[in-house]
Amino acid sequence: MNSETIHTLAVLVENRPGVLARISGLLSRRAFNIESIAAGPTEEPDVTRITLVVRGNEDTLGQVTSQLGKLVDVIKIADMTSGNCVHRELALIKVAAPEERRRSIIDIVEIFRAKIVDVHKEALVIEMSGEETKIDALLDILKDYGIIELARTGRITLGRGPVPAKAST
Amino acid sequence: MSAVPEVNVRSGVEERDPATVCQEVPNPSTRMTGAQMVIEALKAEGVEVVFGYPGGAVLPLYDALYDSGLRHILTRHEAGAAHAADGYARATGRVGVCIATSGPGATNLVTGIANAYMDSVPVVAFTGQVALPLLGRDSFQEVDITGITLPITKHNFIVKDLQRLPRTIKEAFYIARTGRPGPVLIDIPKDITQTEGYYRYPKEVSLRGYRPIFEGSIEAVEQAAEEIVRARRPVLFIGGGVTISNTWNSIREIVELTGIPVVSSLMGLGNFPGDDPLFLGMVGMHGTYAANMAVSECDLLLGIGVRFDDRVTGKIDEFAPNAKIIHFDIDPAEIGKNVRVDVPVVGDLRWSLSALLECLKDDDFVACDHRRGRGRLDEWQETVTRWKTERPLTYRQSDPDAECSIKPQYVIEEIYRVTDGNAVVVTDVGQHQMWAAQYYTHKRPRSFITSGGLGTMGYGLPAAIGAQVGRPGEVVFLVSGDGSLLMNCQELVTASEQRLPVKIAVFNNMYLGMVRQWQEFFFGKRYSHSCLNGSADYVKLAEALGCNGLRVTKARDVRAGLERAMSLNGPVVIDFRICPEENVLPMVPAGGSLAKMMGCFPEG
Repeated sequence: MNSETIHTLAVLVENRPGVLARISGLLSRRAFNIESIAAGPTEEPDVTRITLVVRGNEDTLGQVTSQLGKLVDVIKIADMTSGNCVHRELALIKVAAPEERRRSIIDIVEIFRAKIVDVHKEALVIEMSGEETKIDALLDILKDYGIIELARTGRITLGRGPVPAKAST
Repeated sequence: MSAVPEVNVRSGVEERDPATVCQEVPNPSTRMTGAQMVIEALKAEGVEVVFGYPGGAVLPLYDALYDSGLRHILTRHEAGAAHAADGYARATGRVGVCIATSGPGATNLVTGIANAYMDSVPVVAFTGQVALPLLGRDSFQEVDITGITLPITKHNFIVKDLQRLPRTIKEAFYIARTGRPGPVLIDIPKDITQTEGYYRYPKEVSLRGYRPIFEGSIEAVEQAAEEIVRARRPVLFIGGGVTISNTWNSIREIVELTGIPVVSSLMGLGNFPGDDPLFLGMVGMHGTYAANMAVSECDLLLGIGVRFDDRVTGKIDEFAPNAKIIHFDIDPAEIGKNVRVDVPVVGDLRWSLSALLECLKDDDFVACDHRRGRGRLDEWQETVTRWKTERPLTYRQSDPDAECSIKPQYVIEEIYRVTDGNAVVVTDVGQHQMWAAQYYTHKRPRSFITSGGLGTMGYGLPAAIGAQVGRPGEVVFLVSGDGSLLMNCQELVTASEQRLPVKIAVFNNMYLGMVRQWQEFFFGKRYSHSCLNGSADYVKLAEALGCNGLRVTKARDVRAGLERAMSLNGPVVIDFRICPEENVLPMVPAGGSLAKMMGCFPEG
């Protein structure tokens, strides 16, 4: 129970200036280890959804949840760690692609069901969405070709089935 | 919660959804400037006094204050305003209010806000800000005070829309005083206070992200009661939460029913009579032998409104090693934060302690014959009483005629005698603070006002001013040191100007005493920069700033000096020349086990 694992939290917050600073400031000053943090608008214009991936044991998770819960701008915290959720991350990867190696990169992209979104005579930009492990696997293969630049969004998560996080218990 | 008087014309739509109450139909009769709205809102919140210091960005607010009828106390530094609001809040249980201008005015509040945050004190701080068009441009006296105070406020606001101003103030007071209280800051750009708009103060607050817990799980309370029945060596550990929730009577009732001995944190002192045989004293670094031993030997520890600070627990692994821990607190984030908890009882103490009392009055429980003096706890009570009588707090009295070697503990005991134990004791931070905690027998709640969590030197004088303003008919006695007093001594002017009869005992040992003590014990007596040899003349300082000044250099004269101070009107500073190298004992070195105390008499 007290071993360190990865936890995913969906945090619904008031869409107000500075709200992300409140969240990230609290996490850093309480020395919680954050793997990723992703924020964006939701189906409700005044609510922002922040997906946090936290590394720690059950006690740490309890502290993160209850400390975040004290923030006035935090409306709801849902634990999305269970298997009954869809996790996705988006990555944009700029990889060196001189003509003689371009074909083999395209093959790899197809195998991974990724997409090429920009072509240049020296490079390709690949868009890949999926679970982090799948993105990691693609990156592992592409690194031999030379990754020039990489941008990842961090994990976002929805529960399966009809019930939204805001209605979960 | 204070009554909220109606301040404007009823429009007949009060019963609407609380979330929309602010979008009322504007009534022409309530058109006013933002500054006037602040004044009206303060009155609506029942505020009678504010502490502050004017400046450029709050000029419109001070203009509105001028003929508002609100009492404003001009401190001589914004730090004084923040601490005075804090002291007022602790002494009265009401929300303290302070005002400062933008930039340096706002940053000068920061220590006071952090101090209130650490001790969960309800304070609302208003700061002026540069006008909206100048914001974010490093304008004159601009500082991002909401950014700066993010980690030290319960919540903060910057008001960029006049329409939102009344609602924001309503929310600020609500957040400050409900749940686990704390400071809230409202930053108001100058043009917002100058612009006119329609004012309507909302009756209700609806914050979907803030719903303070009142009632928790009744099963948890029942489990706590069962543990009490089972326990053979239980201890009740009370803290500042008891003060905040006004539940000291419940604590007394629980002890009457169960006969469980009581220990207290620094913040909990006064919530249980210090002269009760079952009171063992303060626990922790400078706790009593009996309290620390009771916690170390107990089989059940009931923490009530405490947060298991490191100054209380010492080495966590050896804290209450044989005990189940039950933790009563309103803040779920406190459960398990510092110590493992076996039974968490989350909820307002007003609810949880009443529920516990009901369980304890149940027939099954009474059948356990658990009451004071005739129960199964007899053996445990005898043990703790023996610890208490065999190793009391004690010190060696000095020669009554020796110069500058008055025992500080004796001064505290004499203050107790001349005030009949009824003073509101306020302290600064350091050795004198611990002596005041140890040697004044605290018997009344809200009557020991001290900076617990932050340990803020300079807190005492302004806090004493706030306490005296809040409790004008009572004796307010500040116990300070020659180090601490100078950190906010400008407030002597405030005390004299307001004719506040605060009694100020300066424990003058010409050292930063607690620093010196640590240097003696842990740094080979290398007294690096803790010596205050170029010490000020506190009598002249008092007189220069409009107060009475007295000096007492011999133990023989302590009583007369105090009696003289009590007889004088207005603020009095008494310069007590105490024994320079006296230490606060017993002491558990930082990170040590509570059971291993240094300096327990009579062992020495």
